[in-house]
Amino acid sequence: MQALYAQLLVGLINGSFYALLSLGLAVIFGMLNIINFAHGALYMMGAFVAYFLLNLGGINYWWALLLAPVIVGIFGMILERTMLQWLTGLDHLYGLLLTFGIALIVQGVFQNYFGSSGLPYAIPDQLRGGMNLGFMFLPIYRGWVVVFSLVVCLATWFLIEKTQLGAYLRAATENPTLVRAFGINVPRMITLTYGLGVGLAALAGVLSAPINQVRPLMGADLIIVVFAVVVIGGMGSIMGSIITGFALGVIEGLTKYFYPEASNTVVFVLMVLVLLVKPTGLTGRAA
Amino acid sequence: MTTLTDDTLPASPRAMRDEMIVFVVMALLLASVPFTGVYPFFVMQALCFALLACAFNLLIGYGGLLSFGHAMFLGTAGYCSAHALKVWALPPELGILVGIAAAFVLSIITGYISIRRQGIYFSMITLALSQLLYFIYLQAPFTHGEDGIQGIPQGRMFGVFDLSKPTVLYYVVLVGFLAGFLLIFRIINSPFGEVLKSIRENEQRAISLGYRTDQYKFLAFVLSGTLAGFAGALKVFVAQNASLTDVHWSMSGEVVLMTLVGGLGTIFGPVVGAFVIIAMQQYLAGFGQWVTVIQGSIFVICVLTFRRGVIGEIAHYFRRSL
Repeated sequence: MQALYAQLLVGLINGSFYALLSLGLAVIFGMLNIINFAHGALYMMGAFVAYFLLNLGGINYWWALLLAPVIVGIFGMILERTMLQWLTGLDHLYGLLLTFGIALIVQGVFQNYFGSSGLPYAIPDQLRGGMNLGFMFLPIYRGWVVVFSLVVCLATWFLIEKTQLGAYLRAATENPTLVRAFGINVPRMITLTYGLGVGLAALAGVLSAPINQVRPLMGADLIIVVFAVVVIGGMGSIMGSIITGFALGVIEGLTKYFYPEASNTVVFVLMVLVLLVKPTGLTGRAA
Repeated sequence: MTTLTDDTLPASPRAMRDEMIVFVVMALLLASVPFTGVYPFFVMQALCFALLACAFNLLIGYGGLLSFGHAMFLGTAGYCSAHALKVWALPPELGILVGIAAAFVLSIITGYISIRRQGIYFSMITLALSQLLYFIYLQAPFTHGEDGIQGIPQGRMFGVFDLSKPTVLYYVVLVGFLAGFLLIFRIINSPFGEVLKSIRENEQRAISLGYRTDQYKFLAFVLSGTLAGFAGALKVFVAQNASLTDVHWSMSGEVVLMTLVGGLGTIFGPVVGAFVIIAMQQYLAGFGQWVTVIQGSIFVICVLTFRRGVIGEIAHYFRRSL
């Protein structure tokens, strides 16, 4: 039973990353109509920025949690301003190809300087150790990751679905021309939205740094699983991405316990099953 | 949405004539390779990827469907051919057929699943399916995991052509490539190809004209996947191994890059693109991971400034379809 709970916890943690990443993808897709293939590379950058902050600047985990998303988010906004905005109105396949190219560049540069092996990032002192919950031993950092990402996800959901700014955002997604007529700077809003989505990816990167090592390719394979999560969830709603992300992480964890051979493939198999039954995905609207 | 390619000229007798002339020149150039100082292994490898890119282009350039998982057909056909040749000791021609049949079956299954969603969802589904296969091949016993299937016997094609001789192998691969290329050329210029183009330009209109567009797209997917499998089966004889790199999703990315560099939706573009990319990898091999950076930069440059690709730009300049 201990092992089952441990796998459930791992599943919840992976689910937090899936949720944060697919949430960012959904936000970006909503505004820019681009599937951000660079998302995995930007997640990796988040972890590396945290590593640099600690080792070069002596800036600790807590500041990294705030600074890394801002730094990578600014990098993302520069990408949007210099490249992505020129694709407006083109077939969205070009957005996929452009961001794929960006991902290759970013990952290649990091691989040149850091090889493919991992760099360690220590768990902050305050979150070391664990708690005995009676039925299992919970490492505090892991519990923190799940709780913190859940809070961030819900805050993002609140921002987009319940605030004035979110209302502008959703309106601009539906009809940019009309929103611009009301005197709202839509291009700036698009840039900020891209920055927000990228910041969420970087935040996931910082959270993952102490658990998984900091590696140039840490986002490359993860992003494909996240794409499968997105296909299953359908990206129809913000809440849909969050719930699907966590749920699939848990299902993956359970598979690791009951039938480990399938743990790498279970998300993809689920994707196939969902597509056969409901081609639009679980929360998706018709294309 | 603007159109994906620049291929707006209708197929005229003149265009067909131009294309046939270019095809003959290409075939003659390739046939003369063993008499020049060019390293034949490099050309053979490039031909296999050129066929793969042409098959991929059939789907995106004419059907508007960006498959990001075409490596799965290359790799699956490669593994099945290699297994048939090495373990079952089949002759080369049957080994190739096994690979093609495997890719055919796989493309039916994956096509049925992926055609249900459009646009980028289609791309993500093909990518995820190929990653699913990657993990299966990583764990399946017959692929030998990380080692791959190595030391594949080349044998005698039809009992006559000794494939262990480099020149014979070269011409066999060349004939295979030209046959596949002509088949794609024929498909594009058939009524079926015209319907595909109309779906690419405006699917709603094609539906309103009474075409069952899903069936056309499905058929294009199966044709493309099967031909990609043919490329994978040929590649087994060139490389004499089948390994995980051929199924990994980065290979799918390379195929997209080849087609994009040469020109999406042009007939000769993927061939040029494949040669450019393979040559680049060959000559830049010493730069290590910088090759990835260069490839990424080419992606970015192509998408931002050079969307027609090499052949597309030339064709646009001369106002011809190539």
